[in-house]
Amino acid sequence: MSRKLLLQNDHIEGIQSYDVYRKNGGYQSVEKALKQMSPEAVLEEVKKSGLRGRGGAGFPTGMKWSFLAKPDGVPRHLLCNADESEPGTFKDRYLMEKIPHLLIEGMILSSFALGANSSYIYIRGEYMFVLRILEKAIQEAYNNGWLGKNILGSGYDLDLVVTPGAGAYICGEETALIESLEGNRGNPRMKPPFPAVKGLWQRPTVVNNVETIAAVVPIINHGGEAYASIGIDRSTGTKLISASGNINKPGVYEIEMGITVEEFIYGDQYCGGIKNGKKIKACVPGGSSVPILPHYLICKTASGADRLMTYESLADGGFATGSMLGSGGFIVYDEDQCIVRNTWNFARFYHHESCGQCSPCREGTGWMEKVLHRIENGHGKMSDIDLLWEIQSKIEGNTICPLGDAAAWPVAAAIRHFREEFEWHVNEPVLSQTRNFGLVTEKILNPA
Amino acid sequence: MEQTKIEFPPHILEEVNRVIQMFPQDKQKSAVIRVLHIAQAQFGWLSTDVMDYVARLLHLNPIEVYEVATFYSMYDTKQVGKVKLEVCRTGPCMIEGAEKIVSYIEKKLNIKDGETTPDGIFTLKSVECLGACGYAPMLQAGEAYHEHLTEQKVDELIEMYSKNNSSVNYMGQ
Ligand SMILES: Cc1cc2nc3c(=O)[nH]c(=O)nc-3n(C[C@H](O)[C@H](O)[C@H](O)COP(=O)(O)O)c2cc1C
Ligand code: SF4
Ligand code: FES
Repeated sequence: MSRKLLLQNDHIEGIQSYDVYRKNGGYQSVEKALKQMSPEAVLEEVKKSGLRGRGGAGFPTGMKWSFLAKPDGVPRHLLCNADESEPGTFKDRYLMEKIPHLLIEGMILSSFALGANSSYIYIRGEYMFVLRILEKAIQEAYNNGWLGKNILGSGYDLDLVVTPGAGAYICGEETALIESLEGNRGNPRMKPPFPAVKGLWQRPTVVNNVETIAAVVPIINHGGEAYASIGIDRSTGTKLISASGNINKPGVYEIEMGITVEEFIYGDQYCGGIKNGKKIKACVPGGSSVPILPHYLICKTASGADRLMTYESLADGGFATGSMLGSGGFIVYDEDQCIVRNTWNFARFYHHESCGQCSPCREGTGWMEKVLHRIENGHGKMSDIDLLWEIQSKIEGNTICPLGDAAAWPVAAAIRHFREEFEWHVNEPVLSQTRNFGLVTEKILNPA
Repeated sequence: MEQTKIEFPPHILEEVNRVIQMFPQDKQKSAVIRVLHIAQAQFGWLSTDVMDYVARLLHLNPIEVYEVATFYSMYDTKQVGKVKLEVCRTGPCMIEGAEKIVSYIEKKLNIKDGETTPDGIFTLKSVECLGACGYAPMLQAGEAYHEHLTEQKVDELIEMYSKNNSSVNYMGQ
């Protein structure tokens, strides 16, 4: 059994409530930090733990915190990113719904380390039912002296507020989130200045994902070194994976970093294999933005090594033969799924969600959606495939925020690995409307 | 929904004030997103009159409220049915049959995606990923998520909502 550091108590009846949470060891880390540690010591443990951001980019959390500017007399803020809108990702919801106090406990520790006295949880508007769970838990934390003035007599004050968005994937991007929290449209800002210097209301700000903040609790309870002893290389600790698609047991799993992808897909304690005895065709291991992997690159890397559930191993081979751990949105496709249709579906998503500020993103996503729609529906030309390739290559790196890249990568990867399937759609406009291309591609018959 | 009197009842006003007080004194613009949710639940949709009322409550220029209301996909700046059935259509839901669910509802209610039934009760809308991908296919109605949908489950939902004539929205409005 894999060790768990976040979800070990999620099965306990009533763990949503303060009393049960507290009885099961809840808020001990806050007692430890506020009574025995300085903010710098908390930061030091987070650095030692090797924790990396769980929101998608995997940036080292301790380093991010140490960049926070601390001008005299200017308030600083911690913002929790609970926007969770990356297709395939639903782990933050699970954590907040099941164990809301874990996030609050993590917010207290992290805010203390950063010297923030008012912190915010920004949650996507569709999760209003989760916001209510959090609001109730926050009230309980106030009532029991974990929030408010002079917490545990330490002299440290903290106010915590949860506030909703209203339906916009882009508000997960940290500067768009800040704009939205200020009550504006969610248009990403140009960087620099970075939020660490000028963020919410032009004050120094740290934005972290829900899971990142929750992970600070076991780091303080057990120590940074103990946390770092789990995992492999620079992928330390545990990770929540949202598993969806054609598998027997979709859901949220906490894994130790470093288990094999094969064990995760086929192991009984995880996804439990492919549904209906079918074969796996493809996998998107880290949310819709990361490159799709064809079945021969899922469990093994191009060099034949076991692929592991770590930042490094999932990225092994770069974009040519690898992908990314991303947000941990693990989507599995069986042999009956159409890659062209899925690529079109994702392209439509990014077009819909582009904020429209930069023309490569606004125009490029719309154009890709249109061309993919035409190929999927039997009206495509062979030159459309090269056109798609060209459009995506012109978006990447030419935009204000990374949504443009996120829209380009899935298209590039689908063409890279499944070109035959796109060509088949062009060559067989009628047949491709009635049946799926299936599993067999030239590449598998004659691997280069 | 008829919008005859655009004014929150006292208990809703109390909630609005609680929301405003979550932010520092000169930063009450931050409350606009949540107050618009409350207004939409109260008045059914965000007409210009409703947005102007929200602007007055928050001491904002009306344009600042319009800008926000038109940016976010959860807000309706056109009239919709009392119950919005929002079916997720994104990748993971698509491969678990979201398209079939949409066409089943289209046939059952005799409307197209995006339309409202003539009696003004249901609006069908396909939307992007709602964070329920492992429990697909799914739809949201008001604040409620309905997951692992089947045709039978859709029948039951539609019957339930037809009887109640509404879904649960902000604060049970
Ligand atoms: C378009 C876009 C959407 C994003 N959505 C999310 C999100 O929903 N949740 C999240 O935590 N991070 C999201 N991110 C990443 C954030 O910008 C940011 O890197 C992250 O919240 C930092 O937290 P971490 O260091 O703890 O991962 C998104 C980024 C982009 C470009
Ligand atoms: S890349 Fe796209 S989403 Fe990001 S700022 Fe530019 S237009 Fe907006
Ligand atoms: S794809 Fe439908 S909820 Fe995520």
